[in-house]
Amino acid sequence: MSIIEFKNVSKSFDSLVVLDGLSFQVEKGEILAIVGPSGTGKSVTLKHIVGLLDPDEGEVTVSGKPRIGYLFQSGALLAWMTVYENVALPLKETTKLKDKEIEELVMAALHEVGLEDAADKYPGEISGGMQKRAGLARAIVRRADVVLYDEPTSGLDPVTTLTIHKLIRKLNRDHGITSIVVTHDIQGAIHLADRIMLIKDGKAVETSKVEDFVQSANPVVQEFLEAMKGELK
Amino acid sequence: MGFVREIGAAGKIGLGTVIRFPTVFRSRDSRAEFSHQLYKTGISTLPVVTVVSLFTGMIMALQVGLELRRFNQEIYLGAAVMISLIREMAPFSCGLCLASCVGSAIAAELGTMKVNDEIDALRIMSISPLKFLAVPRVLALCVMAPLLAFYCCVIGTIGGGVVGATQLGVDFGQFMSSAMSIAERKDLFVGLVKALVFGLTIGVVAVSKGLGTKLGATGVGRATQHSVIVNFLLILMFGYMITRLCYQ
Repeated sequence: MSIIEFKNVSKSFDSLVVLDGLSFQVEKGEILAIVGPSGTGKSVTLKHIVGLLDPDEGEVTVSGKPRIGYLFQSGALLAWMTVYENVALPLKETTKLKDKEIEELVMAALHEVGLEDAADKYPGEISGGMQKRAGLARAIVRRADVVLYDEPTSGLDPVTTLTIHKLIRKLNRDHGITSIVVTHDIQGAIHLADRIMLIKDGKAVETSKVEDFVQSANPVVQEFLEAMKGELK
Repeated sequence: MGFVREIGAAGKIGLGTVIRFPTVFRSRDSRAEFSHQLYKTGISTLPVVTVVSLFTGMIMALQVGLELRRFNQEIYLGAAVMISLIREMAPFSCGLCLASCVGSAIAAELGTMKVNDEIDALRIMSISPLKFLAVPRVLALCVMAPLLAFYCCVIGTIGGGVVGATQLGVDFGQFMSSAMSIAERKDLFVGLVKALVFGLTIGVVAVSKGLGTKLGATGVGRATQHSVIVNFLLILMFGYMITRLCYQ
């Protein structure tokens, strides 16, 4: 059952066409990795799902009013709040839960991402990887059904990258969280996702299961995989 | 066209912020944030406001006093300084201090949050950036601007009195008596209303510039600069308009 569907979505900023008739579906409970060169509209795609952007043409359908969490590339934590306060923020501002209930939910989310000990620290006092985990705790604290990850591992070392990938997998496995991961890291996408979608020039060039994607005969996919291998070397 | 669009956006932000003012008292956290903004706006700008208003009063007393001396009318020095301060100079110098110290900081802070995706993060969490960020800041400016303008007036008058006593031979008590005799309720009221309008303007412009930031660090610098320039111009324009409205 598809939970998110894009039908011929187009989006331009002034004269720059970013999405050009993009169509794809996301199935409930899956991990979809969106890969592609820079500036092809991967992050713009995510912003359409949460309503930060509206399409110029086409339609974005999100079925069943799921709770959606969003992990930004920077973590997007508020600098003047501790990790605990950042994670508690959506609960305090949008629910009528009591302090004790909020504390339980926040500590459960921090436990999920392994950050209980950093609860009292400020974002500036923790590493980039920890900031992203804190951002992830904030994204899931309202018991998200869908989490959108915008370059969750960019700028991180390989060990921290692996930790984040394991975390995304764990959340998907334990809580059935549907995940859409925008990434440059094709190796990470292969390791992490159920399906991979390659976007180029604002269009979905290929959307297939990981094993099919890596063996795709599509010349654009081959070119992208070769380019990524070259970059790794 | 871009100018008209920008005014429209600022108007929308201003209206959206003002109608959300009551939300600042609804929860303990928002009250705490409001108190923090009151402190940042009022107490932390106090040293600058003190120096600016003291010297404003001293310069005015010196210039006016030298002219009055030519006509042996130094006894009116207190009245002249007080009337200028209470009607114009106190709200004006307080507005400039707030625009440069507080307005610029708000534009830079919100601009940095915008380019770091923190504003989008709030929207995704269904938290209104206007309610969460703009309301406590703008309301703090609206509360503090009239108080600081009154403070400016007091300090400026004292500064004028000191110059009168030390350099123009006007007795301090006589200066103060002359100053108090001229001050009317209407003057005080107009001065405070002016300061309130300046506070609201500074807040709305700063929030609007901050939330409209684009293009990373360069954009933050530009938003901060534009916030200060636009606020200086609007303070002058609105100051003139209110004076004309109330005294003609």
